[in-house]
Amino acid sequence: MSENSQSTEAFGLLINYEYCTGCHSCEVSCQMEHNLPTDRWGIKLQKIGPWQIKQDVYQYDFVPIPTDQCDLCASRTSKGKKPLCVKHCQSLVMDYGKVNDLLKRFDGKSKFTIFVPKSGTKSEVIQVS
Amino acid sequence: MVKRIEEVVEQGGTNEIRPDFFREPPVKYTGGDLPWQWEEDGMVVTRSASWAAPGCHDGCGVLIYTDKQTGKFIKVEGDEDNPYYQGRLCARCITLKEAIYHPDRVLYPMKRDPKFRGQPDKWQRVTWDEAYALIKERFDEIKAKYGAKSIVFSLGTGRGTAPYMTRLQYAFGSSQYAYFLSGNSCYVPRVAASFVLMGAYTCPDTAQYFIDRYDHQGWVPPKNIFVWGNNPLIANADGNLGHWIVDCMKRGSKLITIDPKLTWLAAKSELWLQIRPGTDAALALAMGKIIVEEDLYDHEFVDNWCYGFEQYYEATKEWDLARASEVTWIPEEKIRRAAYLMAEKPSSVQWGLAIDMTMECIAGSAAIVDLWSITGQIDIPGGMITTHQPFNIQTWNPPDPAESLTIEEQKARIGGDDFPALKYSGVVLTQADMTIDQMLSSRPYKIRANWIQSTNALSCTAQQPDTRMEQAYCNAEFNVMLDPFMTPTAQACCDVFLPVCLYPERNGIRSIYYFVQNTNKACKPLGESKSDMEICWELGRQWNAEMWPGDTVEEFFSFTMKEVGMSFEETREENWIYPEFHYEKFRKGEQRPDGQLGFNTPTGRIELYSTLFGQWGQKPVPHYAEPPYSPYNVPDGFNKEEYLQRYPLIMTTGARQWASFHSEHRQIPHLRALHPNPEFEISPQTAAERGIKQGDWCWIENHIGRIQLKANIQPILDSRVVSLDHAWWFPERDAKDSLDKNGKRMGSYGTYASNPNVIIQAGCGESGFGNNCKSQLCQVYLCEPEEIYAQTDMAEIALRFAPNEELI
Ligand code: SF4
Ligand code: SF4
Ligand code: SF4
Repeated sequence: MSENSQSTEAFGLLINYEYCTGCHSCEVSCQMEHNLPTDRWGIKLQKIGPWQIKQDVYQYDFVPIPTDQCDLCASRTSKGKKPLCVKHCQSLVMDYGKVNDLLKRFDGKSKFTIFVPKSGTKSEVIQVS
Repeated sequence: MVKRIEEVVEQGGTNEIRPDFFREPPVKYTGGDLPWQWEEDGMVVTRSASWAAPGCHDGCGVLIYTDKQTGKFIKVEGDEDNPYYQGRLCARCITLKEAIYHPDRVLYPMKRDPKFRGQPDKWQRVTWDEAYALIKERFDEIKAKYGAKSIVFSLGTGRGTAPYMTRLQYAFGSSQYAYFLSGNSCYVPRVAASFVLMGAYTCPDTAQYFIDRYDHQGWVPPKNIFVWGNNPLIANADGNLGHWIVDCMKRGSKLITIDPKLTWLAAKSELWLQIRPGTDAALALAMGKIIVEEDLYDHEFVDNWCYGFEQYYEATKEWDLARASEVTWIPEEKIRRAAYLMAEKPSSVQWGLAIDMTMECIAGSAAIVDLWSITGQIDIPGGMITTHQPFNIQTWNPPDPAESLTIEEQKARIGGDDFPALKYSGVVLTQADMTIDQMLSSRPYKIRANWIQSTNALSCTAQQPDTRMEQAYCNAEFNVMLDPFMTPTAQACCDVFLPVCLYPERNGIRSIYYFVQNTNKACKPLGESKSDMEICWELGRQWNAEMWPGDTVEEFFSFTMKEVGMSFEETREENWIYPEFHYEKFRKGEQRPDGQLGFNTPTGRIELYSTLFGQWGQKPVPHYAEPPYSPYNVPDGFNKEEYLQRYPLIMTTGARQWASFHSEHRQIPHLRALHPNPEFEISPQTAAERGIKQGDWCWIENHIGRIQLKANIQPILDSRVVSLDHAWWFPERDAKDSLDKNGKRMGSYGTYASNPNVIIQAGCGESGFGNNCKSQLCQVYLCEPEEIYAQTDMAEIALRFAPNEELI
């Protein structure tokens, strides 16, 4: 397999972080689904801001980042269900799938990112539970 | 009659306010094509609607997974088929399992000798029969000797219990239905003002009436959404989910946020008006003046459907931009721009608590109602839609007391005769401050017992001095508490504790606006806990069986939802039931009981000049009142200069956090971890001047006392303002009251340690409503290291409050 085709097979989480409000639903859903203690995360929110960029313009974003303990909800997705963080996301800004498919969601109008966590890369996954 | 206006109203039209009136078109959509229960991987899945406890009273769609063999609760997920929230959940419902199997849940009825109030080890387990018999005996005895009016029934934000508890108290014969926040200053004032002015309540149109939501033909997103005086993403107040605003942003809605703080929504807004707390009415009046003078208003709507436009304009005249800017601290240009955006169509306003939390909140609410009225936003797609309880279901509003109480009994309502706005606007609550005063003073007669259901008043509504609410309750001979958990209020004041089960463990009805759905019992209640509804039904029938038709609580539900035309079992099969929604009902005779065109007000129009306020001796037009404690105003009796020097900062309170709903959830490990300590926000400059660094414990002090919170330095906050969390208590701390080193009372579970309520001056405005909970003055300074009460130890909380799945 060429390096390129391997990357298209990778699975990931798409985040339209333009609209992520920092509501914590993704974090807590993952903790409850995977029995993680209060100080361990399968996905962890990062807060960027607030600060003032210029008059009436502010930097204030949240971005959730999957950790090595994210297994991309393998037991759910194998049954055709959404990962729980994706399902409960209050701004509906998360999606799960093949990176190539997720890329199509980039609309060129708002802020997107795709994370391919360790479990999406076919290397060994650390059991989350 | 409580709800009837007895005076003749000159302007003609009907003179009756019936908040629960509406003419309901037939059932439009249901979710009857979907099953409400099925099996999956050895589990039973039950479709339901959440409705506190625990959580809030929005009622998001959920799927409850239980073990097929044992019937035990396994997990909860959102219900993607449910139109209301489409599978999403907030952290408070996501952590449901930790609430269900919480080791501190109270599982059996208990009693305690009143002389041992405050002593956690003195509770004794009793049976339900014993508990009911004890309550019945004591309540009946008090009624026989002193009258039913000497028993007060109190509720907080209410987890949907209001209609059940009030039915219980009306069955008993008491009209003392109390909510204890000073000036009843939460939601009720806005509702009262809306009914007086518009004869209806309105909400921003985010397609919530349609089962196909944002795809619905005929719906358009609001062009502008004003987020006024709340942080709806977290608060999700009053049946409206904050993230619907995000849904609309994605569809092109622009935001205008009016908030002293840079919330996430404020940062994403077209226009952020960083307002001085407590001055919203001045802003609204200034915007109104511009809208009139620069001819931005909707002439057709004003000419045909509004009353008193000239008088309204007259009231706005003094609010030129310079004055408004000086009062509100908002630059003139931004006020003008807000006025122009308000005049665009369609615009809607997601308003909130900050409007209620001023002394003249009715007048302030009116100022905002008038803005969406003169710009013609009412009942247009994407504007302010009129809403009501679907099918007159009694699951949110209390029943009409006139149906079961005599005139004499109704007249006994504390404050009911003192404030016309309380008497005639459809509100059936007592006046909070007068009720507490009476509980303390026993004048004109003593309050002998309290029924306390879904409220933790000591943490949530207690106001200065810290012992006031506690003393008020403790002056009674006999107090009954209903709750899932032991709380400071129960521990400090109560003699009987009735354990309430959580929503997966009970049947019920979810309905605040828009649609109705059954809450379906998915698993057995733990221990002997019962639902709020069941308890009211069982005890209520002992006092007046006629008021509780049906042989089971489910049959009683069928009675309360009879206008749906289906029984409780039948509605369960339909999942959700939406009435048909019509825009512009006022143009079709669908907004008034008599079928006439227009609105259900005395003049049949939106009353910019309120004929009712006029009759009641209140100013008929909106106006602004400077907060009693502000940089420009200090009550008589204080030396202004000296006071402002000592307490130079504006203290705004009640900041909402993702992790909690009022005082709930402090004992849920994964929620507490999101926000482990009580915090206040302070600007970098104000912090630096005081040597305060991020995370430092500080005293917040004013003339009433001081409390301790942790500093959270916020770069964009105005340096003259600090913002405080509310309703803190510490389930992990001592259940017994204690004193700190300086003799300050900590309260049960430390609830007075960090609670801004205890340093807020109580007192209401001229209407009987409103208190400036969000605009007081204070000073902030560092705690000495030895003064710090305690830093939350999350490891301890995770260990102590770990779910115990062995509980049955
Ligand atoms: S995909 Fe599953 S495992 Fe990964 S962060 Fe989301 S909930 Fe956690
Ligand atoms: S659930 Fe969605 S909106 Fe909430 S923090 Fe996570 S990504 Fe952001
Ligand atoms: S808003 Fe949150 S707590 Fe309230 S019902 Fe919905 S998910 Fe539950």
